[in-house]
Amino acid sequence: MTTLDAPARPTPPESVPVSPAAGPFGSAVLRKEDLRLAAGDGRYLDDLGQNALAAAFLRSPHAHARIVDIDITGALDVPGLVAIYTYDDLDGRVAQALPLLIPHPALHAPRTGYPLANQVVHHVGEAVAMVVAADRYAAEDAVERIRVSWESLPAVVGLNAARAAEHAVHPDVPDNVAAHLVQSVGDAPAAIDAAPYTVDLELYVERSASMPLEGKGVYARWDSDDRSLRVYSSTQTSTSLRFALAAKLAIPVDRVEVITPDVGGGFGVKIMHPWPEEVLVPWAAIRLRREVKWVEDRREHFISAAHERAQQHTVRVGFDGDGRVLGLDVRFLHDNGAYTPYGIIVPIISSTQLLGPYKLGAYRVEFHSLYTNTVIVTPYRGAGRAHGCFVMERVMDAVADHVGLDRAVVRANNMIQPDEMPFDQGLIFQDGRPLIYDTGDFPLSLRKALDLVDWKGFAAVRDEAQAQGRRVGIGLATYVEGTGVGPYEGAHVRVETTGDVVVSTGLTTQGQGHQTVFAQIAAQELGVGLERVSVTTGDTRRFAYGVGTFASRAAVMSGNAVAIAARMVRAKALRLAATALAAAESELSIADGVIRVRGFDQDGPHIALATVAVLANPLRYAFDEEAQRATQFATAASDGPPVPEGDEPGLEATGWYSPIRSTFANGVHAAVVETDPETAEITVLRYCVVHDCGTVINPMIVEGQVHGGVAQGIGGALYERIVYDESGQLVNASFMDFLMPYASEVPRVETDHVTSPSPLNPLGVKGVGEAGIIPGHAVIASAVEDAEGFRIDRMPISPSELFELRRRHARGEVPSLRRTQSDPQSDPQPDPQSDPQEGTP
Amino acid sequence: MTEPSYEVSLSVNGVPLTANVPARRLLSDTLRHELGQTGTHVGCEHGVCGACTVLLDGQPVRSCLLFAVTVDGQAVTTMEGCRAPDGALGPVQRAFMECHGLQCGFCTPGFVTTVTAFLRDNPAPTEDEAREAIGGNLCRCTGYQNIVASVLRAAEILREESP
Repeated sequence: MTTLDAPARPTPPESVPVSPAAGPFGSAVLRKEDLRLAAGDGRYLDDLGQNALAAAFLRSPHAHARIVDIDITGALDVPGLVAIYTYDDLDGRVAQALPLLIPHPALHAPRTGYPLANQVVHHVGEAVAMVVAADRYAAEDAVERIRVSWESLPAVVGLNAARAAEHAVHPDVPDNVAAHLVQSVGDAPAAIDAAPYTVDLELYVERSASMPLEGKGVYARWDSDDRSLRVYSSTQTSTSLRFALAAKLAIPVDRVEVITPDVGGGFGVKIMHPWPEEVLVPWAAIRLRREVKWVEDRREHFISAAHERAQQHTVRVGFDGDGRVLGLDVRFLHDNGAYTPYGIIVPIISSTQLLGPYKLGAYRVEFHSLYTNTVIVTPYRGAGRAHGCFVMERVMDAVADHVGLDRAVVRANNMIQPDEMPFDQGLIFQDGRPLIYDTGDFPLSLRKALDLVDWKGFAAVRDEAQAQGRRVGIGLATYVEGTGVGPYEGAHVRVETTGDVVVSTGLTTQGQGHQTVFAQIAAQELGVGLERVSVTTGDTRRFAYGVGTFASRAAVMSGNAVAIAARMVRAKALRLAATALAAAESELSIADGVIRVRGFDQDGPHIALATVAVLANPLRYAFDEEAQRATQFATAASDGPPVPEGDEPGLEATGWYSPIRSTFANGVHAAVVETDPETAEITVLRYCVVHDCGTVINPMIVEGQVHGGVAQGIGGALYERIVYDESGQLVNASFMDFLMPYASEVPRVETDHVTSPSPLNPLGVKGVGEAGIIPGHAVIASAVEDAEGFRIDRMPISPSELFELRRRHARGEVPSLRRTQSDPQSDPQPDPQSDPQEGTP
Repeated sequence: MTEPSYEVSLSVNGVPLTANVPARRLLSDTLRHELGQTGTHVGCEHGVCGACTVLLDGQPVRSCLLFAVTVDGQAVTTMEGCRAPDGALGPVQRAFMECHGLQCGFCTPGFVTTVTAFLRDNPAPTEDEAREAIGGNLCRCTGYQNIVASVLRAAEILREESP
């Protein structure tokens, strides 16, 4: 029954309970996007613009050089050539340096590059000339025929060379220091001096890279009739790219639209923007009045997209006999590459997230961010956290070894307790807000991980392996991850007059299943079937404001924005339905897209959401039968305006979520490795994950995020490294030489969960995108160290490096762990209560 | 001088198609940009990632390592050819969806074609065999666990659906 006349107020029968539908929120529903993606129907960047002109780039073969001359004459007769551009052809703001995206007071010498090199190149791969041609083959033919005369300059490669500053990357930054930041809580040096025990560590993490299987890509169309620009980009932020392009190209923002199609993975590298190509392709499309497309090839991705990770840490820790850290002093060098367009976010995250789940007596951290003649460094999944976790967890293992306590016991002894939440670490986090942990039960996460891996039972596993001549080790690592950083995201939810629900949000998707999880949220809040909800992300035509997808923030930020918008729509639907059904709003419920008065059975008073959507938009003109219900002579007469004051037509709403600060997820990983006694090959036998990302929207997708992160974590610990030679050549710029794990390198991941909902957002969710990767270096280092009996302080570690460490250990150059030393006099056992054997947490 | 081009006739997913391409045009580019079969993806263009894998007369090959002119007259099966006859998800594709065996979906075409050929030759693989079968394809999203599950599930579906 639906009615438009004011009906008599219904009275419910005695008792006909209508139970609320369980709803899709929290269920492992299959992904809506897979109906397209699994069929080969995805629309990725290079699937678009099949008739567009192709761009290709001449890139610098030198790490540091002055451009003396660029001679294009040899390229001019290449069939299909349309245009060649060098820096001298750029105009307006396109000729200016690229923006500094995230300024920071400590970033005292920021430098950014130009879309095409302006006189000097600062890394191999920097774009020098752009060719536009009929297709990519012709464009690359022309690139090959451009002759550049170079004056070679000294290259600065590696942190040691950068710090020594014998040569400068930028002549006006003679010490190569881009940024210098100190944060401290308490007086760490004094606490360390006063501590009963101290340990010093030098800890190094090598360069790696996000390495999505789809590289970057841009496709631009200029509509000269409409004077508007449409840009497709394989980016993690279409909204921000739109503003950047409007500013760079001097086009009004409302004449620019940016669309992110299906994206073949991002993992951080595509949050950096605008890339030189993202500026140049639209710029050329406007100049040429032709569609232009550029698709990055794999070598280009290696030598001109961003890297991450390289840091050298000098650590001093003071602690007591229970392994409690009384003071921790960390000084580290961060290699930011040739430019700092993304600011110093990575080292800031490292320096703050390093603390993990622990409450330290005092902490001081100081970093220098240094220029080198290498590719820029911007966030890669786990951004800064993986290195911070590596440092903290290496400290925990070193402390445990020093005092002769179980590694798990030392961690437990330092952990923040659940009743101490919220816990203020006293630092400023990457969002500029205080580093305050909202919720989490760290000891519970630890206990669950120890149970999952059977920590206590490992002594027997080790003995059994030893009896077979095999060598195994077990490792442990904990982390806390700030997720859902602001400043905000928004979402728009509309109920169509068909009853279908359309949702849009500004941030983008690179495989996280947003079309499913955001639909789950909207379906749950609105009481409609999941199949009725469709979600659009990363399309500024649909939603123009937003920040982007990074830092495990999408579910927290846009998820809550969708929930808030859906709740607004629900409230409006109930208000309109209450009038239509002559019931109080509080008596109404929605299920399967139908609003009913509680207490009635299926035949009781009800109105479909679709009908409410019709009523929500008072019409003068009808164009179908549904619309006729809302025209002026069909609706009940009223004295008020058809659209009440303060109201809007349509059953739709825009909701915003802007948190006061980040919400903090946590977890514990444990791994068992085997190291070959002869070849030093390292095999991961077991990998266990306990994680707490608050309320779970879709457990299947959460598990998938963890699995993928773990694979990247193992890759980072054992295989992946970006290798530059001393002249700044990237020597392993291919998948033949940069080793990412195949199925043969990744074990089955065993998982367990803790759920500590966040009080900071309506859904109680926390991010999970980086949960799998953060402790990768740390837990594998811990396990290899346990297997080998000497300290592991550099990651990744290859078989040949482990082999060399064994030789140095045999020569006495690398000391044994104290717990494996045969000489008992060298190691005071300070805690009489402690059990020096592993396996008794 | 304009590059000479050659006529290449292929049976693509059972449909005879012809393209005029220069000798150096890759099979992957020909499929994607000449014949509009964008279900085949290109991840590295040096034969390592496996995203561009198609079946050539039933055998998995890296289409980024072949010139189209060298496969004239042969039958190519792409991701599109792994769909059900009515255009819905085919059995292997359905298994990937059911097991969450894909995230961004970029590498998926190479896995689906590889697994299709593998299950034809080994319809009842063990878990180890399933893992081995996908050992030449890179995925940066899933950690492979759910892809292994997808292979086993696909075998199950194929058995259920075989007459």
